[in-house]
Amino acid sequence: MDRAERIALTLAGILTTTAFLGIVFAAYGMGVMVPTSIKDMKPFERDTVIQISDRHYEIHYIARMWTFFPQEVKIPVGSTVDIYLTSKDIIHGFNIHEKAVNLMAIPNAVNHVRVTFDREGEYRIVCHEYCGIGHQMMSAKIVVYNPEVEDEGG
Amino acid sequence: MKVDRGLRWLVLLELLIPAALLTLGIYHGLMQVLYRAGWIRASEFWGLEYYQGLTLHGVVNALVFTTFFAVAFGNILVPYLLKMRYNMKVAWFSFALMLTGTLFASWAILSRKASVLYTFYPPLKAHPLFYIGLALVVIGSWVAFFNWIPVYLRWRRENPDKKTPIGIVGLFVQFIVWTIASVAVAYEIVFMLIPWSMGWVETVNAELARTLFWMFGHPLVYFWLLGAYIMYYAMLPKVAGGKLYSDFAARLVFMLFILFSMPVGVHHQFTDPSIGHNWKLLHTFFTYLVFIPSFLTAFTLAASLEYAGRKNGGNGLFGWWLRLPWFRTDGNKWLFSYFIAGLFIFIFGGISGLVQASYSVNLLVHNTSWVPGHFHMTVAGPVFLAFTGMMLYIVHRLTGREIPFRRFTVLVPYMWMIGIALFSWGLMRGGLHGEPRRTNLGLSYLNPDSPLYMPDWKLYTAITAVGGIIMFTAMLIYFIQLFGMFFSKKTGDGTIEFPIAEPYHDENVPWVLNFRPWIIVLLIIVAIAYTPVIIDVMQSTFGGSPPYSPENPIPLR
Ligand code: HEM
Ligand SMILES: [Cu+2]
Ligand SMILES: [Cu+2]
Repeated sequence: MDRAERIALTLAGILTTTAFLGIVFAAYGMGVMVPTSIKDMKPFERDTVIQISDRHYEIHYIARMWTFFPQEVKIPVGSTVDIYLTSKDIIHGFNIHEKAVNLMAIPNAVNHVRVTFDREGEYRIVCHEYCGIGHQMMSAKIVVYNPEVEDEGG
Repeated sequence: MKVDRGLRWLVLLELLIPAALLTLGIYHGLMQVLYRAGWIRASEFWGLEYYQGLTLHGVVNALVFTTFFAVAFGNILVPYLLKMRYNMKVAWFSFALMLTGTLFASWAILSRKASVLYTFYPPLKAHPLFYIGLALVVIGSWVAFFNWIPVYLRWRRENPDKKTPIGIVGLFVQFIVWTIASVAVAYEIVFMLIPWSMGWVETVNAELARTLFWMFGHPLVYFWLLGAYIMYYAMLPKVAGGKLYSDFAARLVFMLFILFSMPVGVHHQFTDPSIGHNWKLLHTFFTYLVFIPSFLTAFTLAASLEYAGRKNGGNGLFGWWLRLPWFRTDGNKWLFSYFIAGLFIFIFGGISGLVQASYSVNLLVHNTSWVPGHFHMTVAGPVFLAFTGMMLYIVHRLTGREIPFRRFTVLVPYMWMIGIALFSWGLMRGGLHGEPRRTNLGLSYLNPDSPLYMPDWKLYTAITAVGGIIMFTAMLIYFIQLFGMFFSKKTGDGTIEFPIAEPYHDENVPWVLNFRPWIIVLLIIVAIAYTPVIIDVMQSTFGGSPPYSPENPIPLR
């Protein structure tokens, strides 16, 4: 090993450490969490939307060839939503457009993420795992409305 | 080296049969970009359905072609570098297994009985011959490897004070990683998928199968990469006109790949349920350690090239840069263009890979078109160019026939590089805007008549299509050269030589010479990294799944 090589190796070591510490910080310091294993919740049979409190909802999504249930959910802006997701047949994906919500729907297992919708609008949910010939049609919607504007909330 | 008839035919068949299939795989690559841009709005074209063709593309390009090439390359490199012969009967047996497997799997795909993509996640079910075929390809490659081991051990005994040639070190690391990792997928196929697809067992645990697949799936990508690394370390410096800067660095990099290859697969499953996030973070950590061999490689190769450039008469800070054989087509110099174009692509492939492997950022890009954007800059970049370049070289030397349109040899890799740049840029930008991978976009999101139309993705998919067309054209030229060789005149005598680089710094560092300690540490790390993952999966999945066909939401039984 000559000097230049030792420098390159040291730099690589520093870079690896920094990058990894950055990730640990994002995960624990900023709370950017990826899904974890849920051992105390059996896969649910039906899809539901539950209002837990004023701005807190729970949605149980079911993915199956080739649609999501519920197809469309309306929630007021500023709501926090606990999304639970399972599949009733094969593996599907679940990606909310312009939101960092990215889940796999696996049969016989429950996935979970918590997300807050701060902006009004229509959020498209796209299945992004191949699930057979109808895969490209598999999609759903979350509509985030402003309750202060009377007729939109209706 | 003089090559006798048996060996010549073995290697030529192992290269040319997958090359023939590759034409189909590349053809459907072109089709995919056209469908995805919405330029074809149909579920099939010329009898090949989108997802059927995508299965073919993944299986042929990434599994069959790469595995056959790795075995063929080893089959010629072992006798060349060790000057010893292995058992030809065993080698032919390995070829027969791999060929049978390929025929089974191709039949299942082409008759639409296996549109399950190259990851074959259950509970989508393929025809049993698809699984059996893939298993035979893997087992055939093990047989080839086990056939080289006694030769290596004999060479070691007879040459106690020589270091194993770098090419052999790379080859053995490549196959050690492959063999250990493919145990996971062999288990998945043999004990879970085959009995289930035959109807002997009712259900299969989808998440467990997925986890076993990725336990194999990431080492698989290093298996591809190591094939290219063999050429970069053992040959590139010589082709450039210089020496390998450091013999020690090369050996260290290869050994580190044994360690970091396997405890990383969960980075493909960050968005899965059933795996605790702490274990996901642990796998991220091991993934990031690959920074170290990668930096060392970047440094060593750059230093080797600088040495070559200066030796060729270049001076100044950048003058040596101009003295590399960029466009030379004589002798074996044209191989340089294949190697260097691949390395340029790999810079971007490596960086985008580390981005998507980074746990939280992965949430933005997982399963979007970012991912194929990334891995075409690795497997379809350095790996593919190194493999196709070397294939052209070996066929040229073994047949003794001239490469037709020789001047075009250097055009192909640079054209591919430009094509990939556009192609991957489009896929990655689209991915950041949510464009999904593995999707026939032309039927919905890129179809103005569909309620799902996404005009945002139009520009990105169009640029991808332009890139894909350029890549396809480059490959068209390549195939004309490869198969055209059989119609061109004989100028060689069928012997083969490889450009093997001498080391510039040749230190003797004992702890990078022996594979065994590295393998033992690998097994320990794998146990640490995977035991809790498997336990999590078992505790948070509730039952198994019956099989499904991709065409019907009702289970098959
Ligand atoms: C003309 C050259 C090529 C073009 C235009 C091309 C195009 C594509 C496209 C557009 C996709 C994504 C399709 C989708 O997700 O819907 C794809 C996937 C893929 N490509 Fe290529 N490709 C080419 C060459 C290659 C090569 C040389 C390799 C490997 C050696 C390769 C390996 C793969 C793999 C493994 C996938 C993933 C398949 C899957 O998601 O199941 N491709 N290709
Ligand atoms: Cu889908
Ligand atoms: Cu990986």
